[in-house]
Amino acid sequence: MELLCPAGNLASLKTALNAGADAVYLGLKDDTNARSFAGLNFTPKKLREAVQFTKKQGKKIFLTINTFPKPGEEKRWYEAVDIAANTGIDALIVADLSLLDYAHSRYPHLPLHLSVQASATNLGALQLYKEEFNIERAVLPRVLSMKQVRDLAKVTPVDLEVFAFGSLCIMAEGRCHLSSYVTGQSPNTGGSCSPAKHVRWQEEGQDRLTRLNEVLIDKSGIDEQMGYPVVCKGRYITEGDNAPSHLLESPTSLNTLSLLPELAKANVVSLKIEGRQRSPAYVEQVTKVWRNAIDTYLRDPQNYQTQAEWDRALSKVSEGQTTTLGAYERTWQ
Amino acid sequence: MKASLGPLLYCWPKEKVMEFYKSVADSSIPLVYLGETICSRRRELKFSDYMEIANMLRESGKEVVISTLALLEAPSEYSELKKQVANGEFIIEANDMGAVQAAKEKGLPFICGPTVNNYNLASLKKLHAWGMQRFVMPVELSKNWLNTVLSVEKPGFEVEVFGHGYLPLALSARCFTARHQGLAKDKCQTICLSNPKGLLAQTQESQPLLRLNGIQTQSAACIDLSPEIGEMAKMGVDYFRVSPSGMQCISLAEQLFEADVSGRVANTEDRCNGYWYQEAGFNNLS
Repeated sequence: MELLCPAGNLASLKTALNAGADAVYLGLKDDTNARSFAGLNFTPKKLREAVQFTKKQGKKIFLTINTFPKPGEEKRWYEAVDIAANTGIDALIVADLSLLDYAHSRYPHLPLHLSVQASATNLGALQLYKEEFNIERAVLPRVLSMKQVRDLAKVTPVDLEVFAFGSLCIMAEGRCHLSSYVTGQSPNTGGSCSPAKHVRWQEEGQDRLTRLNEVLIDKSGIDEQMGYPVVCKGRYITEGDNAPSHLLESPTSLNTLSLLPELAKANVVSLKIEGRQRSPAYVEQVTKVWRNAIDTYLRDPQNYQTQAEWDRALSKVSEGQTTTLGAYERTWQ
Repeated sequence: MKASLGPLLYCWPKEKVMEFYKSVADSSIPLVYLGETICSRRRELKFSDYMEIANMLRESGKEVVISTLALLEAPSEYSELKKQVANGEFIIEANDMGAVQAAKEKGLPFICGPTVNNYNLASLKKLHAWGMQRFVMPVELSKNWLNTVLSVEKPGFEVEVFGHGYLPLALSARCFTARHQGLAKDKCQTICLSNPKGLLAQTQESQPLLRLNGIQTQSAACIDLSPEIGEMAKMGVDYFRVSPSGMQCISLAEQLFEADVSGRVANTEDRCNGYWYQEAGFNNLS
């Protein structure tokens, strides 16, 4: 089982590899990638450095080009594919049909992974991408239960990668317009979810008001632990309710340490750690724990158990300092 | 350019659905989409019921499309989808790439619904080559986007715009309606029946923001692009979709193309049109 870690910059990449990642994923410093936060990501020059460093360590490096090209500007996305192909990347993570087509026809030997933004959750979708573009792997959106992952893994024509840890996206990824509905910027077209420039915190007495493009998405105590503000994790009021509540989801992170044996038995090939926008300290902490957990499992699969100290270490870097199994667990749904 | 009626996104009792489509059959709406697109636990109507309605609509002169589930998770849902695709009589609206595959495999034509990620002409052409006859523009895209796509050449497929109704914004594994009622998804008692227009969620400053419809999240505001119809027609849009939220949508869809447009936008609820102008979707520009 591969441990795949995020690299928002070269420092994170080195940290991840030193801490035990088998592979890293990263994006270019432009809107060809859905995590286009300011100050993050890689120029073509930095990408070359990243590839060299990773190769020297005998590890793998994947480039995400996971936004959908804008009409009239397709050339930039095609150039990103060209850059990737000529830099020695191990695989490209792509969502858009036209880009899959371009990459597959121009660079047939460059392995393609279907990005989570493509939102493929079923056999038909996986077959389509396999038949047409020969994808090797698909990243599953965080909407399937463990049983559904297992069922899909039995019939899938491609390898499966799942999210193992990190901020919990509760919607079918790539098909969520909540951020663009409120801010006008879409992760699908090169923005990011809840762009920082639209976030404003405001203190009022003992309350902290969180606004996204001036819409009040949450009101919390000054000392309350909060996650990064996104529409789906806000507190709202319905007709007939008096008190605001997390109607969709509370700020929490996904943590599947306890599912590790099941994911392994289902033949999931890669465990993805979310968080290209997070610090090298986060990447180090999470990578170390997961390396340890995977090694522990592989040494003695029968007796694997999540250790309290792993959970403690991961809680510290989790949203709201709480974690969940999310959709993997049917009761969450 | 003509009106179309999108699939009913809410869970209504069977009698109400039948009554709704009887009125649709008597209307002048030429194109009707039909079927459960949100949740396979909604079993008020079976596949055979939808086929019956589809036949009734066709007999009254409508073009009918069977809309399929937008989020396919369980193997049983994919099997059901394949059955819908192979219905032998009606074209389908694919709301997931799995449905595209199911149609393509059988060599059947299909329509792409708004939840298929179509963001550029090259992708649309690919889908067209696989059998796509028409696509509904993803709701977050704009007039400029469409102009750019349509200005290159006249495409071989038709174009439909989600022009009126509550916007489909997101899909989750979690059923927000059941959860709000303290029910488990697997024992939901089809509680969506109690929210025929979804459940409105407001901010703590009483700003209507979202509408919870089972596993779907919609906009609280109603998109209304009816003042843009003239412009859309010039651009080459083929259909203006009305997404139904009540019986009144039938007459609304009929009136869209009447010469006298006064009073077309009659009710006073929250409106939005931001996406059309490349802005935040909830904005309302006059």
